[in-house]
Amino acid sequence: MAVRERQDSVAADPLTIAGRTFRSRLFLGSAGYPNRKIMLDALEAGGTELVTVAVRRVDLEGDGEGIVESLADDYFIVPNTAGCFTAREAVLTAQLAREALGTDWIKLEVIGDRDTLYPDVEQLLAAAAELVGQGFTVLPYCTDDPVTCRKLADLGCAAVMPLGAPIGSGMGLRNPYNLQIIMTQVPVPVIVDAGIGTASDAVLAMELGCDAVLTNSAVARARDPVGMARAMRHAVEAGRLAGAAGRMPRQFFAEATSPTLGMIRA
Amino acid sequence: MMETIRVNGSDRPLRSPTLAALLSDMDISGEARFFAVALNGAVVPRACWATTSVRPGDEVEIVRPTRGG
Repeated sequence: MAVRERQDSVAADPLTIAGRTFRSRLFLGSAGYPNRKIMLDALEAGGTELVTVAVRRVDLEGDGEGIVESLADDYFIVPNTAGCFTAREAVLTAQLAREALGTDWIKLEVIGDRDTLYPDVEQLLAAAAELVGQGFTVLPYCTDDPVTCRKLADLGCAAVMPLGAPIGSGMGLRNPYNLQIIMTQVPVPVIVDAGIGTASDAVLAMELGCDAVLTNSAVARARDPVGMARAMRHAVEAGRLAGAAGRMPRQFFAEATSPTLGMIRA
Repeated sequence: MMETIRVNGSDRPLRSPTLAALLSDMDISGEARFFAVALNGAVVPRACWATTSVRPGDEVEIVRPTRGG
C-alpha cells in the first residue's frame, strides 16, 4: 500500500515500529464520522499516515462498503480485532484481516467487559502470543498496567497501546503516572490508545514521552471533525516538541520574571 | 429436509458446491478486493476458493474491512 509522504516540522523525528517509519505520530481511526467526505478530510487534516479499520461480516455493515478502497492509496491501513471477547475470536479475526488486506499488522483488542470495554488481559496475552508466533506485527490495546505492558513486549509485540481511559469515553489520561512508568519499563513504542477527548489530552500524552497517539472518537465525534483533526496534528507535534524541550521545574511560590533591580520607587 | 449451511450466522440452503460458487451467489466476484473467507473457523486463501467444497452444516464467515477505531 502506498502511503503519502509527509514533510513538516517534526519530519526529522520519525517513529519506527517493526521497521516501518512514520513521520506523523498521530494515528486515526475510521469510524463514526458524519460521512465519508468528512472522514477523508479529517484524515488529511490530521496528517496521519496510519488509519485503523475493523473487519466485519459482509452483509451487516452496508455503510462500510468500499471504505478501504478510498483509503488504501493514501494510508497505511491497520485492521483491528475490535469486538472480540476471546483469544480464539481475535486470532481468527486477525487471520481474516491479514487475508483481506494483505498486511501482517494487527491492532489486537480482546475485550473483557461490555460496559467499560476494558481489555481481558488473560485472553489478550494468549492471543498476542499466538499471533506473534504466526508472524503478525501485533499492536495490543491493553490496560495501563506496567506488568501487562512488559509481558506483551516480552512476547514480541511491536508496540504496546495502553488506554488513557475507556474506549469512546473521552476522559483523557486517567493515570498519567502509570503511563510514565510503562515508558521506563518497556523497550517498544508506547502508543496511547483510547480515552483521548481533545487536543490537550494528546499534548499531555506526548509531553509525558509517549511515542504516538491513536484516537478516533475525539475527532469523529467533535462538532467539527476536520478542525479537531487539525488540532490533534498540532497537539501531537507540540507535545512531542515540548517533551523533548523539557519543562521548567514546578514551584509553589512566585519568582519574578522581570529584573528586580533598577525599579523606581514612589 | 433441505440441506443448509450457515453463512455469517444465518442458515442458508446449500446450493453452491464450492466457496467460489457461494461467493458468486452472494454477488462477490473472485477478483473482488479486500474480502476474506473462513470455513469452519479456518481462513481459506482466495486461491483455494474455487477448489474448496461446501458441505451441509458448514459454517462460513465472509468478511471485509469496514470503519473501525
